[in-house]
Amino acid sequence: MKEILSGNEAIARGAYEAGVKVACAYPGTPSTEILENTVRYREIDSSWATNEKVALEVGIGASFVGARALVTMKHVGVNVAADPLFTLSYTGVNGGLVLVCADDPELHSSQNEQDSRNYAKFAKVPMLEPGDSQECLEFTKLAYEISEKYDTPVLLRTTTRISHSKSVVNLGERTDLVREAKIEKNAAKFVMLPGNARVRHVVVEDRTVQLSKDGCSMPINRVEMRDAKVGVITAGIAYQHVREALPEASVLKLGMVHPLPFDLIREFAAKVEKLYVVEELDPFIEEQVKAIGIPVIGKEIISICGELTPGRVRKAFGLPENAQATVEKLPARPPNMCPGCPHRGVFYTLNQLKAYVSGDIGCYTLGFMPPLSAMDTCVCMGASIGMATGAVKVLSPEERKKVVAVIGDSTFLHTGINGLMDMVYNKGAATVIILDNRITAMTGRQENPGSGHTLMDDPTNAVDFELLCKAIGVKNVRTINPLDLDECRTVISEEMERPETSVIITDKPCVLIKREGIFKAGAPLQVVEDSCTGCRACLKIGCPAIEWVPSSGKKGKAHIDPLLCNGCDVCSQLCKFSAIQEAK
Amino acid sequence: MSDKVTNIVLVGVGGQGILLAAEILSETFMLAGFDVKKSEIHGMSQRGGSVVSHVRYGKEVFSPMVPEGEGDILFGFELMESYRYLSLLKPGGTVVVNDLCIAPPSVLVGQETYPADMALKIQELCPDCLLVDGQNLAIQAGNARAANTVLLGAVSKRLDIEEKYWIEAIEKMVPKKALEVNLKAFQMGRGLK
Repeated sequence: MKEILSGNEAIARGAYEAGVKVACAYPGTPSTEILENTVRYREIDSSWATNEKVALEVGIGASFVGARALVTMKHVGVNVAADPLFTLSYTGVNGGLVLVCADDPELHSSQNEQDSRNYAKFAKVPMLEPGDSQECLEFTKLAYEISEKYDTPVLLRTTTRISHSKSVVNLGERTDLVREAKIEKNAAKFVMLPGNARVRHVVVEDRTVQLSKDGCSMPINRVEMRDAKVGVITAGIAYQHVREALPEASVLKLGMVHPLPFDLIREFAAKVEKLYVVEELDPFIEEQVKAIGIPVIGKEIISICGELTPGRVRKAFGLPENAQATVEKLPARPPNMCPGCPHRGVFYTLNQLKAYVSGDIGCYTLGFMPPLSAMDTCVCMGASIGMATGAVKVLSPEERKKVVAVIGDSTFLHTGINGLMDMVYNKGAATVIILDNRITAMTGRQENPGSGHTLMDDPTNAVDFELLCKAIGVKNVRTINPLDLDECRTVISEEMERPETSVIITDKPCVLIKREGIFKAGAPLQVVEDSCTGCRACLKIGCPAIEWVPSSGKKGKAHIDPLLCNGCDVCSQLCKFSAIQEAK
Repeated sequence: MSDKVTNIVLVGVGGQGILLAAEILSETFMLAGFDVKKSEIHGMSQRGGSVVSHVRYGKEVFSPMVPEGEGDILFGFELMESYRYLSLLKPGGTVVVNDLCIAPPSVLVGQETYPADMALKIQELCPDCLLVDGQNLAIQAGNARAANTVLLGAVSKRLDIEEKYWIEAIEKMVPKKALEVNLKAFQMGRGLK
């Protein structure tokens, strides 16, 4: 049967067909939809973990007792999961284990542009890289075979253009040979104390050499001979752009990007007049080809930064660019918090209080955008609290009061909780605001340990943030309604003054939450035109439902789009002229 | 089947339903027996950002991205976003665009103004441009929310694909209760000259 699937959907399908029993992940663009699709197969136990390290450990546990496991994350998630990954390389697996890492060249939705292929080499683990959705399905299945044959975890690397592009896929059936789990003790393999690990390290080095040799005859590493003048070594999405831009070129398409099939590369290099490597991000293949003494052109013509497009490949090879219309400069259209978003009032208040806001990763990172302009740092998941602790250690007593960390519910549970424990333990005097909107919103509303539901839609325990913070030792824990600006200002300013750790928890849900009965929209508001003086106070919250309507000759007025307004009432609290009222 | 790949670029504002329209296009082309690839960036699409989706079909499609300057049709859901991405279109390409302006944040707060005469400027660069009053036609079809399907109908008329495949794709992708209105909206768009 044929279907049009995204790369992520095809990986989920591949895992299903391969007989995977456990799938675990922390959401992260562009990887999130893999688990949102494995959950459609009831044969697979799919779950959101608190973070990527835990997700991988869940996968390892299932693999060690014999089941096939899938673990997925975005590129920066692999940094969090790196600790178990490097030693998992030594233990190897029992049931096959595949770790999908989704890179984001061009930073469509990420804080950096790291190239995860380096992890394959660093952790000494094979890595496959599919070039379309059909390959996503096939490579996932193959990855399980390689994992069990070579006793190794396998990395499957995608990029945004693979994860989120759709193409036609031929579906297969789930294998009849699903591995059953049972306890099989093997301490020499699974207990990585120095004596055992020394032995396993030798196994790992031999495995890499063997995989490099065997890679030369794997069908996923294939030579396509056309014109022998130009030969290109490429992989993944870059292969598609090369075929588009250089239809006559000969190509060595690598399906396994680590370890490289060096003999096959030598063979291909000998057949072509001029050899190129076309790859996104780092010169990963290029440097290794150069290291075996083969001259090759790569990053001289292709940027390390950003993603490739057919046009960029054409340009790199000196081909003329297509004629294009040139257009005038336009206002940008960045994303914005939704109308009625519970974060808006908090960031407006932090702006008014001139706080130094230690930020984190989530929808609320948009609090950086004008006119809210209330975020001063953003580094990685969970970093806001630790960074706030560091800042207050060295600032003057007066400036110390300005330091506020903001962190979402899911991010707090991901890695923020360790930061808070450290802040209390080391007597850090900063204010932490947990923006609890009951969901992992930025990646598309996934459940988390604070939301009360699992990925498989079972009701479960919901973390009590107030009790948790108190148990850690925070003496000052207060819960506020973030849509009440007076309350926000009073409570946040009081806690900023306090010379010890405080936590403020906001208690309004995301407006996009799907589960019924959690978010309730208020009645839409309207601007009473006769009362509006055109003072622009309501524009300071940057709500997409409020539009400034200029008027020639006189002052303009604000207008509220009743179809967009969620009736949160924050704007009316800013209006001194009672010009914003419930729409009639 | 010729080797020619047909390129469609869908552009608009997050939340307008661009991704669903791109799904229906892709499904139609697959049903008609073509190789299809579709690419878009949707991490931020729910939050009112600029959204671009590429759909390509033909005998064999390689890159999922429409090469710059090779778009055959620009399917625009909003005027300024359509103008912004005209560089993806080939010279002499076709534009089907919704007659709708959505203010970006800087315009909402009065820092910038929405650029004037967007429709005219599009028509100057691309004479083969159909401006569609999607919202009003959708209201005539029975529901203002079917504006995208009106536009889809207008786009379908400009592609050499049998009508039955379009209908089959719409029936598959649109929820049952909204199907009748959407089929009507599709025909209204298809009837536009």
